[in-house]
Amino acid sequence: MTLADLLPGESARLDKINPADPGVIRLMMLGLVEDITVRLENVAIGGDPMEVGFFGTAVSLRKEQARFFEVTRISASD
Amino acid sequence: MTDSAEVKIPVSGIGIRRKPSASIAVIGNPNAGKSTLFNRLTGLRQTTANYPGVTVEKHIGTVQLESSAINLIDLPGIYSLDGDSADERIAVDVTLGRVAGTPKPTGLLVVIDATHLYQGLYLLEQLLELQLPTMVALTMIDAATASGISIDIEALSASLGGVPVHPVSSITGHGLTELKQALDGISDVAAPAIPASWPELSETARDLTQQLGDDWQRIDVIQSLLQTNPERERALNEQLGTERVNQLRAHLFENAPPAAVEAQQRYGWVKQTISEVQEQTPLLLKMGARLIRWSNKPWPATLMFFVLLLLVFQAVFTWATPLMDAIDAGSSMLGQKLIAVLGDNALSSFLADGVIAGVGSVIIFLPQILILFLFIILLEDTGYLARTSFLMDRVMRTVGLSGQSVIPMLSSFACAVPAIMSTRVIPDRRDRIATIMAAPFMTCSARLPIYALLIAAFVPSTSVGWMNLQGLVLFGLYLLGIVGGLSTAFILKSSALKGPKPRFMLALPEFRTPNFQTVALKLYDRARIFLKRAGTIIFTVAVVVWVLAYFPRMDVNAYNAGITNIESTENTSHANAEAAAQMSQSFLGRIGRTIEPLFKPLGWDWRVSSAVIAGFPAREVVVAVMGTIYAVGSEVDDQRLAEKLRAAKWPDGRMIFTLPMVLGMLVFYAWCLQCAATVAAIRRETNTWRWPIFSWVYMTTVGYVGALLVFQLGTRLFT
Repeated sequence: MTLADLLPGESARLDKINPADPGVIRLMMLGLVEDITVRLENVAIGGDPMEVGFFGTAVSLRKEQARFFEVTRISASD
Repeated sequence: MTDSAEVKIPVSGIGIRRKPSASIAVIGNPNAGKSTLFNRLTGLRQTTANYPGVTVEKHIGTVQLESSAINLIDLPGIYSLDGDSADERIAVDVTLGRVAGTPKPTGLLVVIDATHLYQGLYLLEQLLELQLPTMVALTMIDAATASGISIDIEALSASLGGVPVHPVSSITGHGLTELKQALDGISDVAAPAIPASWPELSETARDLTQQLGDDWQRIDVIQSLLQTNPERERALNEQLGTERVNQLRAHLFENAPPAAVEAQQRYGWVKQTISEVQEQTPLLLKMGARLIRWSNKPWPATLMFFVLLLLVFQAVFTWATPLMDAIDAGSSMLGQKLIAVLGDNALSSFLADGVIAGVGSVIIFLPQILILFLFIILLEDTGYLARTSFLMDRVMRTVGLSGQSVIPMLSSFACAVPAIMSTRVIPDRRDRIATIMAAPFMTCSARLPIYALLIAAFVPSTSVGWMNLQGLVLFGLYLLGIVGGLSTAFILKSSALKGPKPRFMLALPEFRTPNFQTVALKLYDRARIFLKRAGTIIFTVAVVVWVLAYFPRMDVNAYNAGITNIESTENTSHANAEAAAQMSQSFLGRIGRTIEPLFKPLGWDWRVSSAVIAGFPAREVVVAVMGTIYAVGSEVDDQRLAEKLRAAKWPDGRMIFTLPMVLGMLVFYAWCLQCAATVAAIRRETNTWRWPIFSWVYMTTVGYVGALLVFQLGTRLFT
């Protein structure tokens, strides 16, 4: 599954990032790298864009970019 | 000559002032508390200007220390040195002393938010490659403590290879004295060692730098290898041979994009370091977060945004009214006093009708503009504006833009000039230009006086349901601006500015209490810019219009002899008729009648036409010019002017201001680009004359055609 498949409140581990898109590299510069745990904090109306939290920070991204991030779900919605 | 954009703010102080002996660059992530710390350290001893050739603001301030004084250079907030935005490039160039007119910094003060060590340490690790004496100010230390984060400062400093770390709180001032003491001795701090986050890259670059010679610094080699500096990359290829460079790259990056590898490497180290020096990973959601969590849900959050917007506009109009009335009364009183003292002559007319009425009609908007900006600054500094971009991204996507265009569009409701400047955050040039082209369509505060005058004079104040018709028309005009702007963006994005789908990624800051001093300084800046504009462009227009209306003087004897073919209404007094006759034969009147045929299809006579022409440098003067033309005199009294407008007739007795004509005129004002300052801002921000010229021609055409259609169709359908 990818980051785009998470539901708000769910946490996941970033396994593999495909840096094929310049936007994905930009997100990596903001700290969204492999082997960290992220949480889908919020989504806008329609589920897109989404807000991803990690290490006390949050970034927003669109689903198109989220598909480049392979994840493993850690916990269900709290 | 000194740079006119540079304003020195003198401040009275006590003690000995030393001349700054060194320059320290202040650098950090956006929202790391950098500006607050900078203001805290320098107070009002700062200058603001732009870096040459680019649209990045340059703030330099002086801080007096125990044994020396140093200049602090406040750099734009960035996350990484690898990005290709103007902000990121300027940050690197300034720190390397490669920007003309900015001294090469002798050291770096890196500002890191203690609650966001993760991104802060990443940038720091990149900055250590610059090999400048470096110091860390760890801000928001109290906020970190409050959310249960404790940081082992000594361990952190050790893992950074001995870079000194100073915890501070800009709110309480805690730690500032120690930081100042440390800054005093920054020249004694040793240049940092090879950063621990990616030694392989740093060492490769160090070895190459020794081979390449004096022209090269380690950061240059690193940026060439990472392919973030094309110019240096070419030079490196030339000096080492492309094959060698490619070999190095293959070894370091294994054919993955270099910047992605760097992020993976350095963040990997940062993650490890944080686990060693920091207790408890901060939770994103803190105490009392339930309400925030609920309000962050898609629908409530979007609804809240619109309610907030409504409240802001409500406040702008109601809070500003008393102040505006006071300014209005003050300026007309001043004008009358002047005439009373000086008598009715050319000088008093010039001062009262030209200067005071002209400039006063603009100063009157200062309260509205400041209130609107106060809200925008507060929304920005609390972190809410970034949320707005997040919520509105979907809407902007339909016209081919992203949520990042929302902030400039919102600011345009106050004034397009700062709005155009705020498009700097948009990374893609095409998206940025499309936003710049759309922004001037939004109803800025300068459009309000003409809207207010025409609506009050010609739209009946009747109720439509629970709404008032006048309010509804005003709302419609705001809508017209939004529709005009968004369609323009859409058309451009699907034609001339067609490009890849804009990405939308930005760091979302947490909500925080804005700092009073920072807000006050930003607001002061806005007021200064606005008043400067009133003192220059508007003043000039007012003077030119007065001269054109006052000269040549009419031969009063000839007039009194009854040789008059001037259209005058029945209840016009003799004095007014005389003034109207003077206007008709003045330069302004002659110009007006020359261009009248151009505007006749819109239903405008020569008087309306000349007022509109006079408004091209700055649209807000149009009411004052109409006042001059319709001989109301120095009293900028909307009611009297409205009466005159209602009574105005064509020579054949038909009404000039019919409803279709007035609605057409409103459409014209909603869409036309009558603002020299906006044209200049577009020129500055796009760095070409092509876009300002396009914008002006396009908006004027759209405004003209809109007014033409409304007048012609309206006249045909309803009369």
